[in-house]
Amino acid sequence: MQIAARHFDTTTIFDISGDIDLATSPVLRKALLHELRELKMPRVVLNLGAVRYIDSSGVASLVEGLKASRDVGSRFILFGLNKTVREVLQLSKLLKIFEIYESEEQSVAP
Amino acid sequence: MLCVVRNALGELTAKLGFSEAECRAVVLAVDEALTNIIRHAYLGDHEQFIEASFRRIHLPRDDKSEDALEIVLEDSGVTANPEKMCGRALEDVKPGGLGMHFIRQSMDTVEFTRSNGRNQLRMVKILHRQTAQKGS
Repeated sequence: MQIAARHFDTTTIFDISGDIDLATSPVLRKALLHELRELKMPRVVLNLGAVRYIDSSGVASLVEGLKASRDVGSRFILFGLNKTVREVLQLSKLLKIFEIYESEEQSVAP
Repeated sequence: MLCVVRNALGELTAKLGFSEAECRAVVLAVDEALTNIIRHAYLGDHEQFIEASFRRIHLPRDDKSEDALEIVLEDSGVTANPEKMCGRALEDVKPGGLGMHFIRQSMDTVEFTRSNGRNQLRMVKILHRQTAQKGS
């Protein structure tokens, strides 16, 4: 998995690619919690368009990010979900709890 | 190494004739099962040995038989705790506890046994062949 952050005034966008699994999900979790709990960014956006695979530990990291965002009053947004990511979130019945958009433009809109 | 297993299994299931969605489901189930073994049976130790076998089998059903993929994973870690493997209630939104749910949702048969100091997980996925179109 590769993760790169783009910082704007009130928004951080993470571009994530590759596989989010047992080995890599701790890196994602750490990045999300740093942005939300320590920097308290008002909006954290995850671009998942290039994610090839996500397992339950990856989903758990997303849930932790969502919970942290609720704790600090930030928005936590996902966009660019491909078939694989969407299927796994659907299987976990968590698709509806996330704020999800199709594009980056929609995700950063006021 | 999990990504190596995922890639190989993706190719195997596609060659056996599973649909793309079924291939993804089998890959997810095996990946989650291996993750569970590493985390719970081997307590996070990535260096331990896991034996995996993949076999095409024929399951009798009514007067016919169905093709299926049988996957058996064996480890010599600590005894599998069935309570931990039940997973959490899905309506309880919290991290963790999803792996077992994914396995059960993805496979047709999931069985745990423990014998001679080894845990064995047997999973079966039935091959539902696409009906060939007329004239093809």
